[in-house]
Amino acid sequence: MCLAIPGRIVEIVDADLQLAKAEISGVRRNVNIGLLDEGEGAVQIGDWVLIHVGFAMSKIDEAEAQRTLQALEEIGAAYQQELEELHGSRIE
Amino acid sequence: MKYVNEFRDAALARAVAAEIAALARAGRRYKIMEICGGHTHTIYRHGIKDLLPAPVELVHGPGCPVCVLPMGRVDEGIAIAERPEVIFTCFGDMMRVPGSKGTLLEVKARGADIRMVYSPLDALRLARENPEREVVFYAIGFETTAPSTALTLMRARKEGLTNFSVFSNHVTIVPPVRALLDSPELRLDAFIGPGHVSTVIGCRPYSFITQDYGKPVVVAGFEPLDLLQSILMLMRQLAEGRCEVENQYTRSVPWEGNLQALKCMAEVFELRPYFEWRGLGFIAQSALKLSAAYADFDAEVRFGSPGLRVADPKACQCGEVLKGVLKPWECKVFGTACTPEHPLGALMVSSEGACAAYFNFGRRAMERENVIPLQVETVSGAGS
Amino acid sequence: MIEARETQTPPVEAPPRRRAPAFTAERIDMSHGAGGKATHKLIEGLILPAFDNPALAPLADAATLVCGGLRLALTTDAFVVHPLRFPGGSIGELAVNGTVNDLAVSGATPLGLSVAFILEEGLETAILRRELEAMAAAAKRAGVAITTGDTKVVERGKGDGLYIVTTGVGVVDPALSLSATSVRPGDQILCSGTLGDHGIAILIARGNLELEAEVLSDTLALTPLTKALQEAAGPGLRFMRDPTRGGVGTVLNELARDTGYGIVIREETLPVREVVQGACEILGLDPLYVANEGKLLAVVAPDRAEAALEALRSVPGGEEAALIGEVREEPARMVLMHTQFGGTRMIDMLIGDPLPRIC
Repeated sequence: MCLAIPGRIVEIVDADLQLAKAEISGVRRNVNIGLLDEGEGAVQIGDWVLIHVGFAMSKIDEAEAQRTLQALEEIGAAYQQELEELHGSRIE
Repeated sequence: MKYVNEFRDAALARAVAAEIAALARAGRRYKIMEICGGHTHTIYRHGIKDLLPAPVELVHGPGCPVCVLPMGRVDEGIAIAERPEVIFTCFGDMMRVPGSKGTLLEVKARGADIRMVYSPLDALRLARENPEREVVFYAIGFETTAPSTALTLMRARKEGLTNFSVFSNHVTIVPPVRALLDSPELRLDAFIGPGHVSTVIGCRPYSFITQDYGKPVVVAGFEPLDLLQSILMLMRQLAEGRCEVENQYTRSVPWEGNLQALKCMAEVFELRPYFEWRGLGFIAQSALKLSAAYADFDAEVRFGSPGLRVADPKACQCGEVLKGVLKPWECKVFGTACTPEHPLGALMVSSEGACAAYFNFGRRAMERENVIPLQVETVSGAGS
Repeated sequence: MIEARETQTPPVEAPPRRRAPAFTAERIDMSHGAGGKATHKLIEGLILPAFDNPALAPLADAATLVCGGLRLALTTDAFVVHPLRFPGGSIGELAVNGTVNDLAVSGATPLGLSVAFILEEGLETAILRRELEAMAAAAKRAGVAITTGDTKVVERGKGDGLYIVTTGVGVVDPALSLSATSVRPGDQILCSGTLGDHGIAILIARGNLELEAEVLSDTLALTPLTKALQEAAGPGLRFMRDPTRGGVGTVLNELARDTGYGIVIREETLPVREVVQGACEILGLDPLYVANEGKLLAVVAPDRAEAALEALRSVPGGEEAALIGEVREEPARMVLMHTQFGGTRMIDMLIGDPLPRIC
């Protein structure tokens, strides 16, 4: 149920058939964008999507991805600082 | 790989793990259930448990759509596959699941035309290319996969195909989780929510867990850092006495879900009044069948569905493992009568099954599992 | 920091000592051809007992036969790949390289090959001619001659176009003592290059998964690599094997089982092309179990490992060679991997064909 991977839409192959070409690390496959082709959020060339069994399930929001990574990196930085303080405070 | 590698960073992993450890109160144990089988797979594949502090225990949930299918449904699929006019298509995940008289792979060896597909659209293509044969697609999956089957059927109708049908074994995620929460055997503190199901249904459907049962939920992505961050968010909720549904997987999960996908599902499917789940018994409104409008494409209508009920082999304890009551290695036949080579139940076959994941990735003489017989403090709240 | 844990060790221990498994399947199915557990069961449970003899028992890539003062290596391989032609090679090339490689990893210089063709009625002559040319070219590159052979034709529908069986004989270098029994804890494990190229190239070439990618089969005669290794590692070269079907994961498990030792590898050291990683992620496959046709795994004494690595990297085909792990006393007969994420997982032996999954 859960194997879905991020890919970039590089071409609209057939709008009627709702087919687009997605690229994942140099591998290309046609994917069906019929779950994401309506409304203002409709998927376009250049968008990143989550692909599951040949269908694009959702658009990947780059800004949110950055936010998530940033939150993780802040934890990382705090941890790093703690480690440095720990080492620095060692009594030689 | 973009959006993948960044979320596998080992240095960040250590940092997040340290934060989790810092939040674990002395003398307290934390039982967190990951609902989705895909998360179970990630946990074992990356060795996430090695990074968690001893008091934090991950309990594997029933979110493996292959594992929860009772043997009768496999037998019914096999019965259809054995018909000479049928080209039977299914995902790779189903090929080695044992029915009462063998697996689809073995039935293929006996001469049935069984073909593995990556997408339901591949099955549709086979129907187009083989007008003289009946192409049947064995559909499995939670709400993540159901929209794909729905769109495929909508296309089949548009093209006027008469030789294509679907044997639907789609199930929904909320009812089994509710059944688990109602089960007296299970004490859980928090839930890791299924990220990809949520891309379709959104985060709202999990509010019953916080409101009716008082357990926090974090909807999580599938890279190992996503899981660790989600566990951290849950630990923070528990430490701060909060009980909310939070979304860790914001880059892929919209809070409202995918309305287009939900619309397609509503057009093509309807809820079965009840469905049998391996280990959980019959659960109301927990599975999807084709709606009346799509009855022409329903394999159960086309070929008849005898509604076979096949009991699990006596030794099988899949049900208890699915409920998180037993750990895989606590099952009496784990590793002996039941191995991935000759599985008794689907949990040992599916790449998401807790038993298969543990057997293939986790089992080793040196592994330490954190089962500490301490006093368990329960989170205050209704229904715990 | 992470506290020490109390333990309740799950009761499953290392796999038991090897004894002949019973082969109970009533029919052969596709998993028996995948190179994993099912294949091993077929060989050890049905075939080995039928032919039982000391030369066969080690179940190595090639049998060692003693003749006068010489050790001869004898090996055979059947090629049934489909499609016949794929990016990077064809069945003919595989047929020559595959057998040359089994000799090469046994430390043998090939003396000659034989070939048997099973041709399906209706096979176009042009296709057969093309494969013969491919085989001649591969044999020339490998410095070996195809010295004898046989040809049969089967009726349409019974042969998938063309099947090829090649057999090779070579003389084992007397200075070498390659065997699982030579392996010791502390020995280093080297891989000559990227994992999974061949298997993914074939999957893509078959077309039914509708993937487009630039992936070439890595089919190659390994002799220049094995020679370079022998020179650099000398008596420190303990063992070599080419990870064909079943992949590196399968060979490592065979090694762990045959030596009785444990093997630990590090995920971040495994060389995998980005495009192969992408294809594997899409299909839910693990590059560790995907077939290779131009790679070798070698076990080398620790003091020779660096030199051996440099030697591999200096030979065409070995540029991406890497040190991927080592042999340890524990955990006995198991293969562990330190994940790039910082955890640990087991690498078990494959059951059957790795099947693309959706979950």
